[in-house]
Amino acid sequence: MGYTILVFVKQVPDTQNITGEAMKPDGTVNRAALPAIFNPEDLNALELGLQLKERFGAKLIVGTMGPPNAAEVLRESLYRGADSTILLTDRAFAGADTLATSYALSKCAEKIGNFDLILCGRQAIDGDTAQVGPQLAEKLALPQIAYVEDVESLSKKKIRARRSIEGGYEVVEGPLPCLLTVVEANEPRPANAKNIMRRKKSMTRSELRKAHADANYTDAEMLVDEEEKLKAKGLWIEELSAADVGAEESRIGLKGSPTKVKQIESVVLRGADFKRIDPSEDGINALMHELIEDHTLG
Amino acid sequence: MSNFFTDNEDLMFALDNLELEEVTALKEDDYKYAAEFPHAPVDFNDAIDNYRRVLTEIGDVTGERIEPRSRTVDAEGPHFEDGVVTYHPLTQANLRDLRNAGVMGVMLPHKYGGLNFPNTIYTMMTEMVSRADGSLQNLFGLQDISETIYEFGDEEQKDRYLPGFASGEYDGSMDLTEPDSGSDLQSVRLKATQDPKTGQWHLDGMKRFITNGCAKVHLVLARSEEGTSDGRGLSMFICESCPELVVRRIEDKMGIHGVATCELQYNHVPAQLCGQRKRGLTKYVMSLMNGARVAIAGQALGIAEAAYREARKYAAEREQFKQTIDKFPAIYDMLARMKVKTVAARTLLYHTTKVVDLRQGYTHIVEHAKDAAAIPQEARAAQKKYSKLAAVLTPMSKAYCTEIANQVAYDGIQIHGGTGFMRDFNAERYYRDARITNIYEGTTQLQVVAAIGGVIQRVLEPTYDELAALPYDGALDRMTSKLADMRTKLGEAVEFVKARKDSDYQNLMARALVEMEIYVLVGYLMTRDALKDRRREALAEKFVIDAEPEFEARRLLAMSGDNTTIDRHWEITEY
Repeated sequence: MGYTILVFVKQVPDTQNITGEAMKPDGTVNRAALPAIFNPEDLNALELGLQLKERFGAKLIVGTMGPPNAAEVLRESLYRGADSTILLTDRAFAGADTLATSYALSKCAEKIGNFDLILCGRQAIDGDTAQVGPQLAEKLALPQIAYVEDVESLSKKKIRARRSIEGGYEVVEGPLPCLLTVVEANEPRPANAKNIMRRKKSMTRSELRKAHADANYTDAEMLVDEEEKLKAKGLWIEELSAADVGAEESRIGLKGSPTKVKQIESVVLRGADFKRIDPSEDGINALMHELIEDHTLG
Repeated sequence: MSNFFTDNEDLMFALDNLELEEVTALKEDDYKYAAEFPHAPVDFNDAIDNYRRVLTEIGDVTGERIEPRSRTVDAEGPHFEDGVVTYHPLTQANLRDLRNAGVMGVMLPHKYGGLNFPNTIYTMMTEMVSRADGSLQNLFGLQDISETIYEFGDEEQKDRYLPGFASGEYDGSMDLTEPDSGSDLQSVRLKATQDPKTGQWHLDGMKRFITNGCAKVHLVLARSEEGTSDGRGLSMFICESCPELVVRRIEDKMGIHGVATCELQYNHVPAQLCGQRKRGLTKYVMSLMNGARVAIAGQALGIAEAAYREARKYAAEREQFKQTIDKFPAIYDMLARMKVKTVAARTLLYHTTKVVDLRQGYTHIVEHAKDAAAIPQEARAAQKKYSKLAAVLTPMSKAYCTEIANQVAYDGIQIHGGTGFMRDFNAERYYRDARITNIYEGTTQLQVVAAIGGVIQRVLEPTYDELAALPYDGALDRMTSKLADMRTKLGEAVEFVKARKDSDYQNLMARALVEMEIYVLVGYLMTRDALKDRRREALAEKFVIDAEPEFEARRLLAMSGDNTTIDRHWEITEY
């Protein structure tokens, strides 16, 4: 277990399999109509983390910020081979944009401390901003390598990674600790049967409370006892609030989010008539002219 | 987005309705393993939840990953050069995914790194893998080899091989067939000789049609007793790939292209005896084959499922005469028959796997007890009962599933019309892949030989007594009275054939009798299932309606007493 690697992941609405109205009238995402899934490129980040663990030996900690049921993506991470997980959850985190999110995650990373690498997916399919990873690196004052396809080497002092660039790739080196954002360049492994059977019983504190309230347990000592048992079995999902990570109230959630959505437009893509372009100099020139006039080009 | 478990209502119905409490308790030794292994279930609900979760994951792996790779795997297959077999990169990706999913030792005990799942759940995986890629099953299904080492190997062999099988690091092959020994394995000639000084065994000879003959670990049937010529001179050996074990060529096959079928030459290959001498064929291979037969039934069923779905989809999209072709009676009847056959095969198969699981569970209690006197009488009785049932159900399942898979794949092409004849569509691949299933691991003709004894002895009568006593009503009641009538007639036909005391006549009519038995049993099972879910009533009804004339044709044949085929077949074939 040489290295400590943090992987930050996100539970997102499945934009591929929409089952109803995707947007609410106020312009926010209607999460109820969309099944929640593991953000695809975060699975690539997790896969890279697992490969690094196999190649160099590492402890893999997966964290996410989200509502209580985001614990599901953490369990998914455990099924694939993560060592431990952290759920950053608090009503005060709700409504965060990328600035507030990266701030909250930076506080979480600081709280964990002593890490060598942070891996994030390049971007999430709900917002497509690709901002959280880079902002997180800035807030932690870490070097960052974005668009990583694979890691070529890792040593106590530095990392050498291959990053995707237009028309090819480049190999860059950086000192540790370092943050990488990962693109869809590997094939995430499936969940492992034995891990599923063992770690399906992993719980957060809220889940434990909920399970006990349903069973009419009121004795707090019982909870502490249960918690210790789960921890001993490696079945504990650490749950942290804003206060736990020392996040300033003004910088998280809606309050800490300067992004304002002005308007949401529903764009329905339709096939239109095709246009025939004469395959001659004149034809091409006319097309170029038209595209420049439309401000599509130039 | 397809998940081959959650999109298959019938398969989920099987898991929900098989009542696996007894099976699971036997397998988990009354849930004692939970104290030792963190992933072992603590009770039945936990176990079923494990099965469902893992099946859902494998449903995703097969539907999302393996199926999309299957066309290329079929078109390009493995590569053979300089005695080395290299699997297609996509086949390798499939195996990597299955290894990562942790399902290469599904039935192996916890102790050796396996999941300790019952055969029933393993067969459900088999079915999904085969639906995605028929040929991949030939690699996934080699888990039966590690099962055999577990059952019959010594402690050292188990420790040496089983963890590697469970992790997927080792792959295996079962080396039985030789150029002159196919169905007749008693005539196997591959020679095993023991060095009198060191006690080391060596193998010399040839094996043919060996699935994954390029494997790391081989189970080999060989003649250890010089001068013998029958099954009692054969023993089972374990050997590992080495320079003395040469892959001479791989076969160019009609189907299951993804897997390498090898011809092997043994040039004094060092080997270890597995189990006791002289019991190679009589005990170990028979056990190995019984496991493999269930697996092939699952493979055939998976291919049938794929073929049916492809045809169903095509018929709903293809328009002729200004409507989709599934509106025409000739087509919808074909589709309904394909579907009912597939559901019927699944019903029979999981009825069988459950019995196989119970037999294994009770056999384990009886054979592995420290103190023979302490074995409960009920366990002995249960072992006897389920062994008898498994012995007739396994070959019946293998015969039925593999034959209907061929019929469904055949009709699948028919529904596609000319398109189905083209390589651009999957229909022809299913047809090619299905074709081997009723041949290898014992042809249908041999399954009939294996099943006929149990049919003659009316082994299934107690099962019918139980099934007939359920509270049927309406259409289901009408169906069961038909089935009761068929059951009586089957008994009469068996008596008639027996009374002739003519072994040629009995052998000739064996297939008719076995098939009659299948119609009655599956008819009852489907009617029982319709009691649990009324939406299955039409399936049961269609099965019985279609079975009636088929049953009657076979009854007429068996009851004919006609000796023309026996007496005059020569004149016919030689004309």
